[in-house]
Amino acid sequence: MSETKSSLSAAPADVIAVFAFSAIGLIWSLCAAAFADDAPFRVHAYIFIAAFGLGLTWLTLGIADGRFRFRQDRYSDSVIRAGVYASLFWGVVGMLVGVIIACQLAWPSLFYFPSAGWLNFGRLRPVHTSGVIFAFGGNVLITTAFYVVQRTCRARLWGGIAPWFVFWGYQLFIVLAATGYVMGVTQGKEYAEPEWYVDLWLTIVWVMYLLVFLGTIWKRKEPHIYVANWFFLAFLVTIAVLHITNNLAIPIGPFASKSYDVFSGVQDALTQWWYGHNAVGFFLTAAFLAIMYYFMPKRAERPIYSYRLSIVHFWALIFIYIWAGPHHLHYTALPQWAQTLGMTFSIMLWMPSWGGMINGLMTLSGAWDKLRTDPVLRMMVAALAFYGMSTFEGPVMSVREVNALSHYTDWTIGHVHSGALGWVGFISFGALYCLVPWLWKKKQMYSNALIEWHFWVAFTGIVLYITSMWVSGIGEGLMWRKYTPQGFLAYTFIESVSAKHVEYIIRMLGGLMYLSGTLIMVYNVWRTIRGDAPAEEAVTDLAYPAQAATAAE
Amino acid sequence: MWLNHGKLERHSLLLILGIVIVISIGGLVEIAPLFFIENTIEKVDGMRPYTPLELAGRDIYVREGCYLCHSQMIRPLKDEVERYGHYSLAAESMYDHPFQWGSKRLGPDLSRVGGKYSDSWHRDHLINPRSVVPESIMPPYAFMANRPLDYHAIQAKMSVLKIEGVPYTDDMIANAKADLEAQADPFSAGGTKLKARYGANVVQRDFHGEPTKITEMDALVAYLQMLGTLVDFSKYHPERGGNSR
Repeated sequence: MSETKSSLSAAPADVIAVFAFSAIGLIWSLCAAAFADDAPFRVHAYIFIAAFGLGLTWLTLGIADGRFRFRQDRYSDSVIRAGVYASLFWGVVGMLVGVIIACQLAWPSLFYFPSAGWLNFGRLRPVHTSGVIFAFGGNVLITTAFYVVQRTCRARLWGGIAPWFVFWGYQLFIVLAATGYVMGVTQGKEYAEPEWYVDLWLTIVWVMYLLVFLGTIWKRKEPHIYVANWFFLAFLVTIAVLHITNNLAIPIGPFASKSYDVFSGVQDALTQWWYGHNAVGFFLTAAFLAIMYYFMPKRAERPIYSYRLSIVHFWALIFIYIWAGPHHLHYTALPQWAQTLGMTFSIMLWMPSWGGMINGLMTLSGAWDKLRTDPVLRMMVAALAFYGMSTFEGPVMSVREVNALSHYTDWTIGHVHSGALGWVGFISFGALYCLVPWLWKKKQMYSNALIEWHFWVAFTGIVLYITSMWVSGIGEGLMWRKYTPQGFLAYTFIESVSAKHVEYIIRMLGGLMYLSGTLIMVYNVWRTIRGDAPAEEAVTDLAYPAQAATAAE
Repeated sequence: MWLNHGKLERHSLLLILGIVIVISIGGLVEIAPLFFIENTIEKVDGMRPYTPLELAGRDIYVREGCYLCHSQMIRPLKDEVERYGHYSLAAESMYDHPFQWGSKRLGPDLSRVGGKYSDSWHRDHLINPRSVVPESIMPPYAFMANRPLDYHAIQAKMSVLKIEGVPYTDDMIANAKADLEAQADPFSAGGTKLKARYGANVVQRDFHGEPTKITEMDALVAYLQMLGTLVDFSKYHPERGGNSR
């Protein structure tokens, strides 16, 4: 007893704070389970109980054996290693669900089960979108932000155990969101589906994420804040603003899962797409640009092409992105002045987007030969190329007349995936391929040949995906507006559905190839971490002298 | 300018302040006026809040993620108006928390599906879409036919919506359960009171065709059958002041 007491008193303040918070959380979730108004809320209360219970156990054991006294002269890397595992795990899950729902659309009579309504497209689709955006992308961002901010500030992560709270808190958010979707717990707003209590939980975790990041910046030993951290900061702050505003809702009871959004109709629509488009702008763009600004120069061993361009495109990007939301609502009941503003700024957005792409690509000046030998660098360059392509396609689709054709069709799905698979996916894989040898103190990845395979399998998958969606999207858009010479609509709606069958199979194959690439990566990462000797060591030592130098630092 | 930027790079709070100012402008200019400019929402005849049964159906529509494949927003384009009916007005979704305009048509638009098909068509279609539309890629919702509608929280739901601005009266909330049961039973004496509260055009039917119980199928079909039927377009003049967009 006295021994526990002495180790408790020796526990750092941050551990005690998280301990107290988890204890309060446990009491709250016990009440929630007892008074739950509906079954899904009770399930979630049990998940909360398990999470807080496990957290308290882990903290108690850690306090007892003095695990939480950290050395301030060392970087905090264990949470980042955990982040690499989590990123890969959720990446595989999210992409797998994507392949499953693509199969449902291609072969509905094989992949739907009348007795299992929770496996229907409407329930699984948010699992896929949240899975790849928030679970995979979000974990990549926690991982890389924590890595980059320490190195560029030359300081250990702030907050002692707080980074671990962010990590596990975020995993809990993902589990609550995904289990909620299959149980039918949703707000009914795209990319903002989690219900009010899950949103509140994410808010707590997110504020902690921001504090850890800022705290580390405050401890920095470098006078200047590096450009990658501007982008991470813009992402952290803006996502907080968007998340809170778009999710304002009143629950129907303190222990009920259902809530009603405070906004309605046209105001709700614009708030939602202000949120939705800037989830793209700040989550999937600004934050992944931060990755680009650290890992591209590092891998290419060249400085960033232009400091001034980074300043101009940073401020221009975050200023203009916020305006672009209304292009999701062309020709709707949204007033036309708002549509026009959205379209105008969307076209202007092309420039700062390409500013970022040019700054990244030109960083390779004098190092272009590395593309031939280094598949990781090639992956990141391909990511920038897809970024450039989709940020050109986006402004085109935001023009009202183009949007009249493209809206409501698969073209939008193709556009999203050229950005998501090409840009977000490839820049993430590139960063992870850099991080794994650095974090586990290996000379290089287990096999460069497998990285080559990952690159080409995934690349072909993307091409199949986006081309099939162009064909089916533009095709159905044209079929909907086609008239016979007598002046009647030429096609029924269902004819446009059956016309897309082949494209849906090709799309599924594209997604399956992309998933296969990720599985190849998982294998490669596993072998690297296990410490297996690089498969083609003799060759790589000669062919990649630069890489060996990077790995050594 | 480049030297001044160094200040932002050395002071994280200044940098954050800069970010907050820059990202606030667009949202404030675009979203805030929608709450104040009067002609954002047209003046129309016929809009009323959802009846308790329709509201329960709408919650099922949201729960199942129908909005991921079906839009509820007809654009003022010739082919859309001919295919689906009069283009959608902002007024038609003014009581929708949340809006369900959608962004993708894997299936057709549903804003005016009300009254286009029979209840039994909807029932068959929901149980197995391919039994009535062989090429359909829609999931089956057979489980709704067996699952009794859970409406224990209907009054709490309406009370929250009332706080948020939906014009439910205390009378409507107090009688929510009776109204819900009355609407699903064509022989219910409560029908008169239901219509007194929500208007004469409320449809009172056994939507599911199972007179002994109220299922989720009843609620969802009741919702689908009223979609787009409220506004009286014979009295709507798009060119009249305030209605033009």
